[in-house]
Amino acid sequence: MFNRMKKDQALATTSRRTFLKLMAGTGAGLTLGVSVPVLATESPKASINEMGQFQPNAFVKIDNAGKVHVVMKHLEMGQGTYTGLATLVAEELDANWDDVIAEGAPADAAKYKNLFWGAQGTGGSSAIANSFEQMRIAGATAKAMLVAAAALSWKLPTSEIRVEYGIVSHASGKQAGFGELAELAAKQPVPVYEELELKNPKNFRYIGRNLSRKDVGKTDGSAIYTQDIKLEGMLTAMVTHPPRFGAKLVSFDASKAKQVKGVADVIAIPTGVAVLAKDYWSAKKGRDQLKINWDESAAFKKGSDEIMADFKKLAKTPGLSARNDGDSAEAIANAETLIEAEFEFPYLAHSAMEPMNCVAQVNTDGCELWNGEQLHTGDQHAVAGLLGLKPEQVKINMLFAGGSFGRRANPHSDYVLETVNIAKAKPGVPVKLVWSREDDTQVGYYRPMYFHKVRGALDKDGNLIAWEQRIVGQSIAEGTAFEGFLVKDGIDKTSVEGAATLPYQIPNMHVDLHTVKLPVTVQWWRSVGHTHTAFSTEVFFDRLAKAAGKDPVEWRLQLLKDHPRHAGVLKLAAEKAGWGKKLPEGHAMGVAVHESFSSYVAEIAEVSLQPDGYKVEKVVCAVDCGFAVNPDIIKSQMESGIGYGLSPTMMSKITLEEGKVVQSNFNDYEVLRIHQMPEIEVHIVPSAEAPTGVGEPGTPPIAPAVANALFALTGQEFDQLPLQVDKS
Amino acid sequence: MSVTLNVNGLDYVVDADPDTPLLWALRDHIELTGTKFGCGIAMCGACTVHVDGSPIRSCSTPIAAVGGKAITTIEGVESKTAKAVQDAWTELQVPQCGYCQSGQIMSATALLESNPNPTDADIDAAMQGNVCRCATYVRIRSAIKSAAKAIG
Repeated sequence: MFNRMKKDQALATTSRRTFLKLMAGTGAGLTLGVSVPVLATESPKASINEMGQFQPNAFVKIDNAGKVHVVMKHLEMGQGTYTGLATLVAEELDANWDDVIAEGAPADAAKYKNLFWGAQGTGGSSAIANSFEQMRIAGATAKAMLVAAAALSWKLPTSEIRVEYGIVSHASGKQAGFGELAELAAKQPVPVYEELELKNPKNFRYIGRNLSRKDVGKTDGSAIYTQDIKLEGMLTAMVTHPPRFGAKLVSFDASKAKQVKGVADVIAIPTGVAVLAKDYWSAKKGRDQLKINWDESAAFKKGSDEIMADFKKLAKTPGLSARNDGDSAEAIANAETLIEAEFEFPYLAHSAMEPMNCVAQVNTDGCELWNGEQLHTGDQHAVAGLLGLKPEQVKINMLFAGGSFGRRANPHSDYVLETVNIAKAKPGVPVKLVWSREDDTQVGYYRPMYFHKVRGALDKDGNLIAWEQRIVGQSIAEGTAFEGFLVKDGIDKTSVEGAATLPYQIPNMHVDLHTVKLPVTVQWWRSVGHTHTAFSTEVFFDRLAKAAGKDPVEWRLQLLKDHPRHAGVLKLAAEKAGWGKKLPEGHAMGVAVHESFSSYVAEIAEVSLQPDGYKVEKVVCAVDCGFAVNPDIIKSQMESGIGYGLSPTMMSKITLEEGKVVQSNFNDYEVLRIHQMPEIEVHIVPSAEAPTGVGEPGTPPIAPAVANALFALTGQEFDQLPLQVDKS
Repeated sequence: MSVTLNVNGLDYVVDADPDTPLLWALRDHIELTGTKFGCGIAMCGACTVHVDGSPIRSCSTPIAAVGGKAITTIEGVESKTAKAVQDAWTELQVPQCGYCQSGQIMSATALLESNPNPTDADIDAAMQGNVCRCATYVRIRSAIKSAAKAIG
């Protein structure tokens, strides 16, 4: 979400000399990122933690059995971060992969902050990118101390000690496992950056390989999610939320609810009325019996159609400028051909498989949370603020998340605060908030609705001489702790990213933005602004290409001469898909290329017309995410990003009618199923650049690639998602 | 009110109303949490378990309907087919967030137990009730085929 934030702040505590040395130490083949990581320094005395483990820094713990526990500062929500981060540590530590165990970090921003943000949290496809050096240094530090311990114990110089696959050895035949050396290693001085030498990438054993995943327990039911937490005396809570945004609770009658067996209490909280019970089913039955009187006089009562009509009206006037190259008005006035388009985007729910939930226990001296925690620092501060505690009095246990797609990184800490608001009424009692699928679908925090108006001008030779784009929608960052990072001069960059950064060589370009305030709550949704800007820009490009009589791939390549990484993925995808080859009758290909979160992805979709609409037959994807840490996980994230993006492409949307959310569950908020999933082929561009993220960048190109294929096939111009082919 | 449930070969006396969905009896009473809650209306398949060998959605099956029947959850699968499915899932690194995968594995196992050599159309028919928001569908399909081959 926020990858362009303050990368350089990580440099603040280290000297340029150190930085250059680190760069040199990694070898010529790999261009390292700009962040030299900071390892929070531990006690200068023995590096032993309270468990008796050798712990040279916040990230590595080695026990006497030789198990290497790698502390994960980022949430595992399916994107493979536990495997990626552990790989980086294991590489420089030369650990045995089977002995590496991933465990979640507590909330402690001083140690576990995201180096791109300065706060602890996971998002913006940044986990590997911000940790690439930090985790390797963490591993190298531990290895240096194990080597020092062996040297001391064997009375040999450190230069003669080797470490391979968890075994420390010497040519004389002496050898020891990490566990045997742990105690002595803990007494060695912790090396400083200058003393560490990171591996030359050509000597990587693990980085670049398809190591097995470390988020285990997902094939036998043993993996523990928030939903699975059961604590002594725990109550389950369900909440009835207001029927419309802005409705206020007047009164409620809990007499029938309280008669339901198992119901312990019913209380009013700021976000509704909570029923506490001994288990879920009792809570649900109790909630069904509630009688609530809402004041809806000031509630929001517009429908999606009215919201869109308002957006369109606003789009008739200029907004705040987000990009201005040349003079687009002048160029358009003198254009040979002018093409115009309008695009409408609905609200979207994240609909992670695990509906939102959280466990909280409020005690006299603090609060403890169990959560698929994506925004540690934000949630810690929000809870501390609510309870009048210091942030460090809020302890967070980070569990696996059953998906998130951005939802668990709520900048308002919505469902976390809802849980704590209930738990604080029951001091000392653990409370698990469980949302039903209906709650999860209807409470809010959607990908915002947007309206885009685009104009493009061609000269008499068919050259693209001007591009104007106006975007209307709600701001995600405004009014949150992220505003300072993301909103500049009134422009929320998450509203315009991907359009204001359009890479094509166009001499006259103007992008502007109207930010609308509405009571409907909104939030980032896998790839954020790119969910809509990739669609409008890439679909519009193909309309221009048709008007100019140009091939969509060829023309893109011509206009991407200064953007070799865009061009690289586009060429690779086109080549692998056989762009231009003869396809069966009723089939066509469509292309889109888009950069997000510093990763570059091109997708070519092959679609076919069907009696009941269309089918996405196959997607060929090419990705450039820098150095590929785990190619199979990169591939799986492209598959996932494409599949996730196909839902709003083909069937998902949230609509409001008179202020009420129409959809409620998977019966009417439809999502992609196995028979709708295309065949997918993923190709990774070989690269020595610093690694960038893969959790989100697979999503943006799929909707425009499918729309462009259908456009090529039918000539129909698509202005709305989901895509519906006109019946002829 | 109590109902006796036979789960993974053991009898459990569950003190709950007969309309309580099997899912919540498993999760909250018997404390087998491998079976997941996803939608509550049999639209996502995360709660799939076997009753007398057939896949059912436990979120929409009241315990009164399954008393005396053999219920198998992800924690209790033992057949050669189930093991082949789990192995294929690991081998092909199918799970991402993993939350739906218990249900996917239960549906896939039931498919292969009744049809050891499914076509793509058979897989579509048997698996389209199981939603995966991480969209691991490509790998699910491959893993089912791989498990079918392994069982031979």
